[in-house]
This record gives sequence, C-alpha cells and structure tokens, in this order.
Amino acid sequence: MVATAEVIYQRPESFTEVHTHYCPGCTHGVAHRLVAEVIDEMGLREKTIGVAPVGCSVFAYKYFNMDFVEAAHGRAPAMATGIKRVLPKNTVFTYQGDGDLASIGMAEIMHAAARGENITVIFINNAIYGMTGGQMAPTTLPGMKTTSSPFGRDVEMAGYPIRMAEILASMEGSGYVVRRSLHDAVNIRKAKKAIRLAFEAQERGLGFSMVELLSSCPTNWKLSPQESLEFIKDQMVPVFPLGDFKVSEVLQTLKV
Amino acid sequence: MAKELLKGNHAFAEAAIRAGVEAFYGYPITPSTEFLEYMSSRLPSLGRAFVQAESEVSAINMVYGAACTGKRVMTASSSPGISLMMEGISYIAGTEVPAVVVNVMRGGPGLGNIAPSQGDYYQMVKGGGHGDYFPIVLAPASVQEAIDYISLAFDLAEKYRSIVHVIVDGNMGQMMEPAELPPMRELPEEVPEWAVTGAKGRDPNILTSIYIDPVDEEVTNLRLLKRWKEIEKNEVIYDEIDVEDAEILVIGFGTSGRVASSAIREARQEGIKAGLLRPITLAPFPRKRLLELVKKIRRILVVEMNSGMMLDDVMKIVQGQVPIEFYGRMGGMTPLPDEILDEIRRVAANQAPGAEDPRDEWMLRLEKIITGDK
Repeated sequence: MVATAEVIYQRPESFTEVHTHYCPGCTHGVAHRLVAEVIDEMGLREKTIGVAPVGCSVFAYKYFNMDFVEAAHGRAPAMATGIKRVLPKNTVFTYQGDGDLASIGMAEIMHAAARGENITVIFINNAIYGMTGGQMAPTTLPGMKTTSSPFGRDVEMAGYPIRMAEILASMEGSGYVVRRSLHDAVNIRKAKKAIRLAFEAQERGLGFSMVELLSSCPTNWKLSPQESLEFIKDQMVPVFPLGDFKVSEVLQTLKV
Repeated sequence: MAKELLKGNHAFAEAAIRAGVEAFYGYPITPSTEFLEYMSSRLPSLGRAFVQAESEVSAINMVYGAACTGKRVMTASSSPGISLMMEGISYIAGTEVPAVVVNVMRGGPGLGNIAPSQGDYYQMVKGGGHGDYFPIVLAPASVQEAIDYISLAFDLAEKYRSIVHVIVDGNMGQMMEPAELPPMRELPEEVPEWAVTGAKGRDPNILTSIYIDPVDEEVTNLRLLKRWKEIEKNEVIYDEIDVEDAEILVIGFGTSGRVASSAIREARQEGIKAGLLRPITLAPFPRKRLLELVKKIRRILVVEMNSGMMLDDVMKIVQGQVPIEFYGRMGGMTPLPDEILDEIRRVAANQAPGAEDPRDEWMLRLEKIITGDK
C-alpha cells in the first residue's frame, strides 16, 4: 500500500508569503484570505487589479499577489472607476474600511454604485477607526466608547450609525449588495460564498457589487479576541442585520 | 490642414483627443465646462472612456486610477475645481504616474467669479498639493498654442512620469479664433512596464505614494528632485519679441503676455525700445534666458493678471541687477494694451532705483485706475 496525501489547506496563490501587520484577533486576515481564495478559485489572479484604502488595510497590496494600487482616503471607488473604464476586461476590486468608505469616501462609494460601476467592493465594518487608534466611526454603535466619544457615542450629538449595505442596495446600479459577519466558522463560510457571488457579479457585468463584513478590532475595542467575536454577534449584528439586500436575478439561481 | 474658427475649450479638447487621450474624467465648472461637454460627445464614439464624476475630488482620483494603467488620461477644470483636485494631484506626483491637467483659470480667491485670471500661478507652479514635488507647467497664449502644447503635455508627462499642468484663463477657454488642429496621432501600443494591467506572467506591479519608512520617502523625494533638474535642463520653452536691442524688457505669460505684445508694438512705433519675454514653461522657468537678457536691458516690467506671483520668481532670479516694476490686474480683470503701453512709457522714462517691492507703487496707481482718478 502506498500512502497518498491530499492537500486540503494551503496558502492561496493570490496571497504573498509575508506576515501581515494586523493585530492578534483582528479579522482583516480572515477577510483577506477569503478574497484570495475566491480569486484563486475563479482563476482571476492574473487579470485582477486591487485598490487598497487608507486605514488599517493600507498595506493590503503587500499581502495580495497581484497588481495593486493604493488610493487616497475614501477615493478607492473613484480610482477603481478610472481603472475599470479603461480596462473593462480586468477584474477590479476595492478593499475599504468603514471610515474610508462610509465617512470620507461616502460620495465616491454612492456614485460608484449609482453609476453601476462594474467593480467589487469588500467593505470591512468594525465600527471604529483602527489605524488612528480607535476613534468614533460613522458605524460606531450608539453608546459605544471610543477615544473621540469617551463617554459613549451620544446620538444626540454625534448622530447614528450608517447602514451602508441597505443604502447601497437602494441604488439601481447595484447588482449584488449583502452583509455578512466574520465572528464564527459558519458565518465565515457564508461570507466566502458572498464574496464569490460579488466577483461573479462583476465577471457577468451585473453592475456594482459589495460585501459588507462585520469585523473585529480587539485592540481598539479593548476586548480579547474571543470577546470581540462575541461583541460582533451580540452587539453589532442587532444594529447591522446580516442579509441579502440586493441580489440580481442572474445570481439568485447561480450555484457556487 | 486648414485653419478653422475654433472655440478655445472645444479646440483644447479636440487637441487632446488627437494627441491620443484615452480617458477624460471631469466635473462641470465655468469657464472650462465646454471642455467636458465636448469630451462627452466625442470620446464614447471613439471607444475611449468618459465619466462625468460626482466632484472634482472624484474626477482626479479617476484620472489617478487610469494613469496607473499607463493609459493617456486627463482632466480639465477651473480654479476652485483645481483646488479640490490638489489632493489627487499630490498622489499622482507621489506615485510617479503621468497625467495632464488643464486649468482654465478664473478670478478668486474663494468662489470669486468666472472672469479670466492668472491668480493660480502659485498653486500651479509651486506644487499646490502637499509634499515635495515639481509639476511641469505650460502657459500657452493663444488657441493655436494651446492646441500645440496640450499635445506636448502628454509627451512630457509620459517622458518624465510627471503631472503636467496646462494653464490658460477664461479668455482663452471662451474665445474663438482661427487655429489649425493636428492630425490624429496613433494610440500608443506599448504598455509601460510599471503599469497595473493584471500580473499575467510577471511579478505584480504595485503603484503607491506611501513610503512609510522616512528613508524610503527621502530617496523618493531625491529621485523626484533629480528628475526635475533634468526637466529644467531639457524642457524650457519661451517666446520673445524684439529683445535683441531692448532697453525695457516686459515679462508676461498667457493672456497678459499676449496683450503686452500689442503694447510693445505700439511702444516701438513711439521709439521706445521695448521687448517681450513670454515664458511658455512657467515651470521650468526660463531662468537662464532671463539672466542673459538682464545683462542687456535697463529695466524690467512684469505684467500679470494677479497680484505679482511670477514677479516674485523674476525678482528672485534677477537679484536686483536691474530695477523691476510691476503692473497687474486682479479679480478677473484683463489689462488693455493701452494700460500696458502707459506702463511701458512710464517705465521708459523712470530713472529711479528699483523699489524693494514693486507692488507698493503699483497698488497706488491701481487704486487710481479703479476709482477713475487717473
């Protein structure tokens, strides 16, 4: 008998072999990996151009083994538009956090969706500004303490969290807009399927696609990695309900 | 090809198309809007990209994206819109990708007005965005010159992987005059090796303006500065009228230079030996030529449609070797040939030593002109 071994888990080709700078327990690494796996599985690596944001994932281009550009804060959808319009056959995606996408880049993301730009957006919502050290984000939960809402987000003074998936789904140019979470294995699997469908939407020319991913920030939440995952489940999901907000017909019957 | 009667903004846009621009991203703003309108009607039928962006901020970042693919790309706007674009312009400079920006300048600061101005000299020539970088700035003075230099702008942008500004004013954007368009240039077939196009059969290309280690940023700054020195050496362009025997050297760019050329013709008829130096590259400035001319002339008159911005550069170069005087109109006012002729006559008769700041006396004269108390 000759023993055979089957590889069931390895580094995706779309990943580079470097250590990331992310904090222990941060789910950016999981989100990165899911995107890399999907790009591998769809055979898109050699035609993909990624657009990195400003925020914790500013160095995303170091971790993906593909062509990448680095946008100004919030401008990734505009940069992706500029690229996709001259290279329509390439796959173009942005990877953005909540400060980048929902605050300083609100105009760019809204109009990219309104125009039905055939790009894919991976949106990391961890309810806080991570890179600058834990300030209030447009997605910070009511009552949540941050370094710039030290007594908890007072909605009378600082307004309410913004639900981007719901807003972007209302744009006619959107082909696929969903929210998923990265707080446990089941949800991570669902997130991967959603990322797959988002890239499928782009490959089929169905317009703007976005996957919002509820993510953890143990360092700035001042919670342990495990407590952070529970925070997503218990605190964030009630404010940011998981679900499909826009799924174009073609995708509804697509098996991936 | 024959000369046609062309409106400035339309002619500039068509010149860019014939120079092979593959994408235009812009936002409407007076007095540059016809540029965008023209592009919207022409580019789609040529299979080239056009997007009316949601803002100038987005437009320049679309330009940034397309520039990273190695495609020939541009935008056009006017002063307040250019202010909004400065973020993206700095990123384009920091990433070392080529792009062309046309500024059809209007009166300011703030919302100002929609009349012609040269008040963006500092913003365009000195960088405008944050950080250490050096834009190439072309300042044509007629529709024909703008056609020619917009074409050159793309070549310079690609040669030096640099941002190139073409600055004109509302006069030139809006006026019609006879000009000849060049034939259509072939689109470049080769993709630059640095461009992002998908990493097929090669290592990934990463285009970024981030150098988190200050050592790397300093290396980048030095590379940009060295490239700028090359540009200064190779790419200076200027025009001259009657400088060989001139005693009074008038210096003006764009519209103010063009108006000054009429005044100089009349001054010559009166026997005043006046000549014109009209920088076409404001950056790099024709520094060497100015230093040569300074040895032969008696006095300088700088004429601008701003508060004396190029004047500062002239003073820095001339270093007090000859007296310098200034005449400017601001706020969207264009000087008439007679005004400049009066100035040339006054300067020709003036034997006083140069003032520390030539603006001081000019301000008094301008106040009288404004109040009609001449």
